[in-house]
Amino acid sequence: MDALDLARWQFGVTTVYHFLFVPLTIGLGVFVAGLQTAWYRTGNDDYLRLTRFFGKLFLINFAMGVVTGLVQEFQFGMNWSEYSTFVGDVFGAPLAMEALLAFFLESTFLGLWIFGWERLPKRIHLACLWAAVIGSNLSAYFILAANAWMKHPVGYEVVDGRARMTDFWAVLTNSTALAQIPHVTGGAFVVAGGFVIAVTGYRILRERGLRLIPGRAPAHEGHSQAMWRTALRGALVMTAIAGVVVAGTGDQSGRLLAEQQPMKLAAAEGLRHDTAGAPFSVVPGVEVPGLLSLLSAHDPGATVQGMDDIQARYEKAFGPADYTPNLPVVFWSFRVMIVFGMATVGLSALGLWLTRRPRLARGGQGRRDRRDRRDGRAARPLPAWFARVCMLALPLPTVAIVAGWLLSEIGRQPWTVQGELMTAASVSPGVSLAEVAVTLAVFTALYGVLALAEGALLLRHVKAGPEEPAAPPALPATAPAGSGEARLTPTLMY
Amino acid sequence: MTTLMTTSATPPVTALTTLWFIVIAFLWTGYFVLEGFDFGVGALMPLLSRSDADRRQVLGTIGPVWDGNEVWLITAVGAMFAAFPAWYSRLLSGFYLPVFLVVAGLIVRGAGLEWRGKVSSRRERALCDAGIVTGSVLPAFLWGAIFGNLLYGTLLATVLGGALSLSVAVLHGAVFLALKTAGPVRRRARRAAVPAAACAVPVAVVALPAIPGGGAPAWTQGAALAAMAALAAGAALVWRRREGWAFTATATSIAAATAALFGTMWAAPLPGLTLAEASSAPYTLKVLTWIGLIALPGVIAYQAWTYWVFRKRVTGEVPALQAH
Repeated sequence: MDALDLARWQFGVTTVYHFLFVPLTIGLGVFVAGLQTAWYRTGNDDYLRLTRFFGKLFLINFAMGVVTGLVQEFQFGMNWSEYSTFVGDVFGAPLAMEALLAFFLESTFLGLWIFGWERLPKRIHLACLWAAVIGSNLSAYFILAANAWMKHPVGYEVVDGRARMTDFWAVLTNSTALAQIPHVTGGAFVVAGGFVIAVTGYRILRERGLRLIPGRAPAHEGHSQAMWRTALRGALVMTAIAGVVVAGTGDQSGRLLAEQQPMKLAAAEGLRHDTAGAPFSVVPGVEVPGLLSLLSAHDPGATVQGMDDIQARYEKAFGPADYTPNLPVVFWSFRVMIVFGMATVGLSALGLWLTRRPRLARGGQGRRDRRDRRDGRAARPLPAWFARVCMLALPLPTVAIVAGWLLSEIGRQPWTVQGELMTAASVSPGVSLAEVAVTLAVFTALYGVLALAEGALLLRHVKAGPEEPAAPPALPATAPAGSGEARLTPTLMY
Repeated sequence: MTTLMTTSATPPVTALTTLWFIVIAFLWTGYFVLEGFDFGVGALMPLLSRSDADRRQVLGTIGPVWDGNEVWLITAVGAMFAAFPAWYSRLLSGFYLPVFLVVAGLIVRGAGLEWRGKVSSRRERALCDAGIVTGSVLPAFLWGAIFGNLLYGTLLATVLGGALSLSVAVLHGAVFLALKTAGPVRRRARRAAVPAAACAVPVAVVALPAIPGGGAPAWTQGAALAAMAALAAGAALVWRRREGWAFTATATSIAAATAALFGTMWAAPLPGLTLAEASSAPYTLKVLTWIGLIALPGVIAYQAWTYWVFRKRVTGEVPALQAH
């Protein structure tokens, strides 16, 4: 065990942890903004209650995304100074853009949204949330463009042992980035949709007096089935659409892998030798002939490169070294990603079917039905078993998206910049084993505690449910009497 | 291909290199001025509060803005990464543990600030408060210590630098609280400014003139003196209830001190590293310049608007129940 290993563990731990919260920030922000928009347009108080309920959960989670993101910004310089010096010219630009164009937007307008309920006109207040949400999504674009450059460096040349940017547009429109950005952002929307599905499923059970595990709970707590159903439908639609985007762009990513990072693809498939008409191995021993070739080149007869042959070619090109990533991790994370991701989309499709509205003509009472349907009254109650299945929508996509990152980044090894810089040459030369060990231990412990705290906080607020509709926050028509020191309401947060 | 060679010929300092050094100095200045009062408010919160309502009132002054203020740091560091990669990487790996402690502090502070209103028991709130105080005091001290050490490399400079940044942040925070609150908290903040100034001014008299070292340009001496004068003026003004002017003075002091610091680092941002060596290629700097030109005015405009929206003093008479 040396400083390099620990630095890698630190990057893995802090980044995976960071990415537990970020997808929720990206997707849930849009969902909450959608709810508030619905409230703004319809004036229906249910939407306001949902906005404030999911807004609270969003903010609890947002805090973690922000503070763990800080580590990412510093970590490149702290643990990976050789990498930073080598790539800064190219890699730094999207990071600086992320801060300048996205983080400022996100944090400033979110502050306005949180504290602006009673200070801003409704429309401006809503626009603040959208600005913050756009900031979150923009940040995903820039950081993924930077990440894609590590896997498929473009628009640069190496001068004096440092990468020099020659074409910024090429960096921003890297084919790898254009496939990866919708793939990851779509995944974020699946995670957020899954979160809302699980939360609404839980609320539906609870308010019907049912337990998670079949049996009756002590008391009914609310009568908002129609409201939860609306939220559930919205989340199911979001998850299903995002799921289709993820699958489509995943296919695109697979084809790019074949030409840009053949080793990762071969490792994900456990393919040893260059093979024409390569089979897709479902699990070791079970193969679908020609499928891998079909997926990677859209031609069942195409040749797919195998690990041993790539290793030989890389040794010839880059010198002797082990160019094969950690095989079991890459192989299994690929399968976990696909299976868990597909399961989430399947769950959302099933949910859409179960919550469908009755056909117009059925029963011959179309006209009355139409109004009832609009109010959500004619819809069949959600089966309790499905509300229980909804709980799975939280862990499934989370595991899938983490597995996707493990596949992507462990599969990139031993390179930090594919074909240019190896991980072993990227680490800070002056940082000792003890220093990395201390920071790794503290970050891991701190993150563990914070994760438990966030989980407990979320659960508590989900259990408590939304506020009663009694006190809708309206813009005060007149300033409070007396002094010019109008009241600011800090209690929204503190 | 995989090994890094040091640049052999020293490239000249170009206009773009100079511009980006100034931009980065500006971003750090914005960070120190803005998060300076955040840190001071966080550190003073338990000292100025007699009740939970007081604490909410104190934190309410920075609630809408602290996160945006912190982005100045992220942007400053990101701009260093892009424009001067070697500066970025050597600074952060060289000050490994202090930088780590800053980040750890900011983590617990952020969690405390965001979660304080969402927890339910007194004990949990006390934990959040502990995070806020630790996460305000620790980075406020460490930034001064880091730059003090960077300039002189001695323990004395490290401690003095840390004492300077912490005490000035506390004074800046006290002035900000006096400006932004009403009622008893405002009175207490004004009173707290006296001991804060009694700490900050003597430290500043020793530390500030020492910032411009041997090869620093002459104007940095002037900036250091201006920082000192502005700090003393801020202390006097807040006592005379000219809170707006007092805040202008402490903010000016921090800006002038940061200018002196970066003016001194201009020749060599780190020992043995010149700006030209650290710099990215002209093409990258040109790209960054366009992005900065488009984005920065907008950022400044909408952050200023935020301060305008929340310009009113925060009062204590707010119902505690209305949680978001």
